[in-house]
Amino acid sequence: MADRAQPVSTAPGKIVAAGVAAIIFGALVAVALRAETGRGLGAPDWAALRFTVLQATLSALFSVALAIPVARALARRRFKGRRVLIALLGAPFILPVIVAVLGLIAVFGRAGWVSDVLGLFGLPPVQIYGLHGVVLAHVFFNLPLATRLILQGWQEIPGERFRLAAQLGVDGWAMVRLIELPMLMRVVPSILAVIFAICLTSFAVALTLGGGPKATTIELAIYQAFRFDFDLGRAALLSVVQLALTIAAGALALWLARGDGFGTGLDRHIRRWDGQTTFARYGDGAVTVLAAGFLLLPMLAMALNGLPALLDLPPQVFSAALTSVVVASISTALLLLMALPMTAAIARGRGGALELAGILGLAASPLVIGTGLFILIRPWGNPLAWALPVTALVNAITVLPFALRVLVPRARDVVARQGRLALSLDMQGWPFLRHVLLPRLKPQIGFAAGLAAALSMGDLGVITLFADPDVATLPLQVYRLMGAYQMDTAAGAALLLLLLSFGAFWILDRGGRAHVEA
Amino acid sequence: MKHLVFAAGFLSVATVAVAETPELTVYTYDSFVSDWGPGPQVEEAFEAQCNCDLNLVGIEDGAALLARMKLEGASSDADVVLGLDTNLIVAAKETGLFAEHGQTPELDLPIGWSDPVFLPYDWGYFAFVHNADAQAPTNFKALAESDKKIVIQDPRSSTPGLGLLMWVKTAYGDEAPAIWSGLADNVVTVTKGWSEAYGLFLEGEADMVLSYTTSPAYHLIAEEDPSKAAAAFDEGHYMQVEVAAKLAGTDQPELADQFLAFMLSDTFQGIIPTTNWMYPAVTPEGGLPEGFETLVTPEKSLLLSPEEAAAARDAALDEWLTALSQ
Repeated sequence: MADRAQPVSTAPGKIVAAGVAAIIFGALVAVALRAETGRGLGAPDWAALRFTVLQATLSALFSVALAIPVARALARRRFKGRRVLIALLGAPFILPVIVAVLGLIAVFGRAGWVSDVLGLFGLPPVQIYGLHGVVLAHVFFNLPLATRLILQGWQEIPGERFRLAAQLGVDGWAMVRLIELPMLMRVVPSILAVIFAICLTSFAVALTLGGGPKATTIELAIYQAFRFDFDLGRAALLSVVQLALTIAAGALALWLARGDGFGTGLDRHIRRWDGQTTFARYGDGAVTVLAAGFLLLPMLAMALNGLPALLDLPPQVFSAALTSVVVASISTALLLLMALPMTAAIARGRGGALELAGILGLAASPLVIGTGLFILIRPWGNPLAWALPVTALVNAITVLPFALRVLVPRARDVVARQGRLALSLDMQGWPFLRHVLLPRLKPQIGFAAGLAAALSMGDLGVITLFADPDVATLPLQVYRLMGAYQMDTAAGAALLLLLLSFGAFWILDRGGRAHVEA
Repeated sequence: MKHLVFAAGFLSVATVAVAETPELTVYTYDSFVSDWGPGPQVEEAFEAQCNCDLNLVGIEDGAALLARMKLEGASSDADVVLGLDTNLIVAAKETGLFAEHGQTPELDLPIGWSDPVFLPYDWGYFAFVHNADAQAPTNFKALAESDKKIVIQDPRSSTPGLGLLMWVKTAYGDEAPAIWSGLADNVVTVTKGWSEAYGLFLEGEADMVLSYTTSPAYHLIAEEDPSKAAAAFDEGHYMQVEVAAKLAGTDQPELADQFLAFMLSDTFQGIIPTTNWMYPAVTPEGGLPEGFETLVTPEKSLLLSPEEAAAARDAALDEWLTALSQ
């Protein structure tokens, strides 16, 4: 096997993966080496660890469990506005945290819309603060991503399978058992692992919605170690715990998701003949409406909040917006340069270690990475001058796990099914990439690039550690406005940010939309 | 265009200072340098008189600022650090990075100040801000007994959060854990920083938010909105005194001294009230801006000395965590 000719080379992917691992572990080691004797992990840290694992597990399970019916409904149904809805569903994922929290609370808070409606019936307001609030917020952020990835799983079932199933009269439970369940078994574990990893590094959301110090996460403990105790050793140690948990979850997911795909098709559009019973149709409709309401209402709240100030934003907000667009563009380019070689290498089949390297970006505490890079850069140059390139790079590394989830399943099928034919035609390396792999990955590349651009635009990232007063990104400007009491202007700037993020996502995901729409 | 050039990452060349103009680097917190903070006006005013280039660098908050100084150590580019408070002074002195200021300014603080290293530039009282039309409790015990909902900040990640911890500890000493237990059911939630908490309050999630007695001045002066008030507590109010110091290893000692002197001048002090929304350390010639006279003035000012604050901090945090984690 090892010496067999292969259509794509794994070397570039391995180099990228090694580079990502080197940046993350390098930053971690840089922090650890600066540590003086600290006090190690204490009882509060273990409590934080338990809470973090609990909330991340629940958040991942609920996000995926709810995403399955939503994705199924979207996969089976065609309706007016479906494209727009699928695109809009991506939006919560790309919001800056502080803005999304305020949006969520405007709907689900004590003085939120839901409480207002309950009040009309003489009922008490919603109790949002607690573990359930943390999970609700994390589901809000991650349900859309899970839905998109699972929907993609449905779309990647070759259309011929559904055609055959229809001819054989397969419907209902038989459809689930023969086609849908095997697909989910392949797709779901890695999505669970990715969401678990994102939620591991949650801090502000968990604390605010958790209602107090009961909801202390590892990331907050890291922050405390850095800022309150200046105990770099403990910060590094906690970060190692985060990484270990993520690697364990990632490895488990890889093991669970092993197995073959559905085989190839002729890349035709998918048509569905199943699920036409009244019950199935109303069920899908209800699921779609509920999910759309849950995800879109907080965004509507944000939009209403920001609209008055949107037309009257100060010029600094627009120059920050320009900076953010540039950072997002660089980030997106970097992301593709990293993700595509890694995808090609993983698609060859034995990329377990590479996939794990790809997930590291999520698990690493932004504070540790930022501080580590700061320590590493300082002997070589003024870190301030590196603010934007470093921000763009760290953003790209953070999006890498999502991009791989989007790209890898499809790439694996393409390489597995078309690789031999390509080799028999002596088509390897660049020609294979150009004529076979990349064209078939176009929708996935669009989606991944859209995610990268949008996330990079909306994420505060490490810019605060490399702050230069003359270069602010838009999320930083939103935080600054809030810090200066200007909550209304901040809401307007946040709406601009949402529009920009969403615009970038929409443009880049165009190919993906063509793909999603049958 | 500047942003684009920065963004492309080609600017390492441009940061090499032009040789003739001396450059003074001041590390401060982010909200100081923001376009809506004192930074832009301070920079313009100081550069007009110093024949130098004032380089303000914003680093999140006071705690992050100290962490950055520890990280950079003696090789730091900073000449002056502006934005620590009394809770951080002991830890800052332990670094041995700071030099004495050698000044004897006349300060208008409600307390005496004789620190040879750190000079105050502004100060304020922590307070719970509420809607002016609502009745507010007059002390922590009344607050604990009331059904008023409050939003506070986490002392581990926020300066006001730590201030509240010190406030309760100073006012109640050994009784502090009981006060916190009483307050536990009033606390809607705890946020990472001031902005989140204040945002939640403005959204109507809580009746009161931990902020400053000067917060209503922002709404009154900048928004002509008299609807916010700060509750006067009869235990007294804990103070935040924000300080600056020059670095022992500065390569611009004269400029650093000149900046510290400028910091207490009318120009700088006149900028503070309506940009940092705090009381100036030296009341400027023209007095405080119109509107400040409407603010509550606590009858008692509470403040632990830097040494007491450093000693009380960890135990107070444990008490807070225990009471609110039940």
